[in-house]
Amino acid sequence: MLEKMIFGRYVPGNSFVHRLDPRSKLLFIFLFIIAVFLANNTMTYGLLLAFTLLVIFISRIRLYFLFNGLKPILFLIVFTLLMHFLFTKEGAVLLDLKIFKIYEEGVRQGIFISIRFLVLVLMTTVLTLTTSPISITDGMETLLNPLKRVKLPVHELALMMSIALRFIPTLMDETDKILKAQLARGSDLTSGTIKERIRAVVPLLVPLFVSAFKRAEDLAIAMEVRGYRGGEGRTRYRQLNWQGRDTLVIIIFIVLVAALFWLRGGS
Amino acid sequence: MDISLQQVGYSYAKGTPFEKRALFEVNASIESGSYTAVIGHTGSGKSTLLLHLNGLLKPTEGVVRIGNVSITADTKAKELKEIRRNVGIVFQFPEHQLFEETVEKDIMFGPMNFGVPAEEARQRAHELIKLLGLPEDVAQKSPFDLSGGQMRRVAIAGVLAFKPSILILDEPTAGLDPRGRKEIMELFNKLHKEEGLTTILVTHSMEDAAMYADQVLVMHEGRSVIVGTPEEVFADAERLKSFRLGLPRSVAFQRDFEKLIGRPLGRLALTEGQLASSIAAALKEEGER
Amino acid sequence: MKEILSLDHVSYTYESEDGESRKAIDDVSFTVWDGEWIAIVGHNGSGKSTLAKMMIGLLFPEEGSVNVFLEKLDAENIWDIRSRIGIVFQNPDNQFVGSTVQDDVAFALENNGVPFEQMVPRVHESLAQVNMAGFLDHEPHHLSGGQKQRVAIAGALAMQPKLLILDEATSMLDPQGRDEVIKVVDDLKRTTGLTVISITHDLEEVLLADKVIVMNDGKLMLTGKPEEIFAHGEELEAIGLDLPFASRLSRYLRQAGVEIQGEHTTEEELVNELWTSHFNK
Repeated sequence: MLEKMIFGRYVPGNSFVHRLDPRSKLLFIFLFIIAVFLANNTMTYGLLLAFTLLVIFISRIRLYFLFNGLKPILFLIVFTLLMHFLFTKEGAVLLDLKIFKIYEEGVRQGIFISIRFLVLVLMTTVLTLTTSPISITDGMETLLNPLKRVKLPVHELALMMSIALRFIPTLMDETDKILKAQLARGSDLTSGTIKERIRAVVPLLVPLFVSAFKRAEDLAIAMEVRGYRGGEGRTRYRQLNWQGRDTLVIIIFIVLVAALFWLRGGS
Repeated sequence: MDISLQQVGYSYAKGTPFEKRALFEVNASIESGSYTAVIGHTGSGKSTLLLHLNGLLKPTEGVVRIGNVSITADTKAKELKEIRRNVGIVFQFPEHQLFEETVEKDIMFGPMNFGVPAEEARQRAHELIKLLGLPEDVAQKSPFDLSGGQMRRVAIAGVLAFKPSILILDEPTAGLDPRGRKEIMELFNKLHKEEGLTTILVTHSMEDAAMYADQVLVMHEGRSVIVGTPEEVFADAERLKSFRLGLPRSVAFQRDFEKLIGRPLGRLALTEGQLASSIAAALKEEGER
Repeated sequence: MKEILSLDHVSYTYESEDGESRKAIDDVSFTVWDGEWIAIVGHNGSGKSTLAKMMIGLLFPEEGSVNVFLEKLDAENIWDIRSRIGIVFQNPDNQFVGSTVQDDVAFALENNGVPFEQMVPRVHESLAQVNMAGFLDHEPHHLSGGQKQRVAIAGALAMQPKLLILDEATSMLDPQGRDEVIKVVDDLKRTTGLTVISITHDLEEVLLADKVIVMNDGKLMLTGKPEEIFAHGEELEAIGLDLPFASRLSRYLRQAGVEIQGEHTTEEELVNELWTSHFNK
């Protein structure tokens, strides 16, 4: 079940989108999320949807793979849509089914909100699918660099994040091993009252914490003997490279916003 | 309790794009009271195989039979707990499973889960502390205050405490120093004999397999490729080499020595003592010639 | 010969939580010369890991001094000295900092402010030295233990150290991983003349060393060439150490009445000895 879920996963590739600098992608996504709220009529929502599909096309992610992986979220979107159909009672009646009526405004708002939600989910998924977590961390660190002036520990945050990401698979394996060991000792996580089940988690959590602390201690020593003394005076192995295509992304964004303003209904 | 595996296959994440096959048509039978060593290089499927022996994994194909219970892909979780009562597993680095406030409580965890009354479980814990050569006062200490070697022993006691009739050992001595290794292996051997356990040892050590086992099962790329007595399995160096496995040192030395004298020594020497007496006998014969 | 590291009457006491103090290191002195391979052996708790911590300045001795590259190790010069020593620890997972192989190898370079232009070739060269050149972008959880330890060695080599310390670096590996790591270190030592201190239980590693230091209860018990050390078979076994196969077999053979001249630590030597003393008369 969880293996099929692709939200937040990275799939290596070599498309135009894959090769973009993480900074331009992050900047774009951040601004795009704001720009989505400019849409207010059929034309503008249509434009956003078409643009998103175009980005997916360019990133060479298979639509089937994307929608299959996002099923749980799509379910949520359909649910929102239905709620609007049922509960918004404005505008002309489109369909009278005796038990309930579907109003024009309900359909309109339902579709718009669903598109907004869908577009946001698709775009952020495209970001995480095409950018490795470590590139995202690097991009964030550089983009947030100006905030060092206001004493935000940007380097430390980025390092913490990259170490956390690096240890997720290790700790998942560890959890699986400990779980198996306790099951073999007759521990039972799947039956009993809620209180019993909570107690049954202790044999899993305690060893996991003990091992995580041990790892943290070892890691701190390993970092220290390899000369780590904080961000001061460090050079970077990962170089970010802003290129023509990244500037192009920003220009595209400006054009998109201009188009949204132009097509937007006056209100 | 006899164990048999018939055409056992297993795939991780079956039915998803990430499906990965780990076992293919594994066949083996392990007699009650026998000592079986499972050998194979890393990734040969031996760890996946042992998880099948107490229902931590259910085969995606074939049948695993333990005593008179059969485990197939459709076996219900409830029936598995019954099996686990009879099968103890000492995992690699078992000290990672310790969690209780005191050593005594940690050892009691298994038996209490399987319905042993607290008093009896406590008594077993104290017996095991003694059996494993731990100091008496360790019972009320936190397992996390002990040395690495002591933690390992407490964890082993935690498995022995529910008196399994089948004991599975997955590299039980990994990371210990030579003395600790020897003591632990000898202890398991003693238990095996005295308690009539069915022991299954997963190991990288050809020497341990040769010294302790009555039967050796060789795994390679998810398949059971050889099953036989240690003498049979270690007689064929070429075949083992094709599975990226070597010979026990005593057998390798025997082969070198045979080359030197230009004739075979007769039986295969599985321990250093056996090898020394074969060599001594051969040298005596040569001297008489 | 140049001195690389020396311990001069070093002692260290651990205070445990219940107030007992235990001498982890008791008046230990020895010198390591340029290009040597030293094996430090001893059972768990013999003080050998405390020694490693002192050599890299994670602990400072209470008495005596630790001198690295002829400088007394202290809080002032510690970062400079660390940048010239590589150390690989026991647990392959807990010292892998980077999210990919190349990031991890570059970690010490980044910390020491090496410019980007020099980093790239150094990362590539070090990985080639440990036979991991094809794994630049691999993530740690897709590597075997032996591969991770080789990456850790590459991470140390990237700083072009004069001294490499292996603190039980092979004890958590399977035989294949252990062989890979030992081979890499052996090759390095022969091709670059790197000085190696390996703290170990593994007899293969001990036999490769030029000099062996045996620790027991915080004291230096024996020191000498491997064959000299293993001549003290019974004393070693009494403190919980193992002997090489050839030494053990020699003993069984003598018990069975076979005459064997001298001490032999490898199978090859022992077979040759059997040949010369029994057939080649």
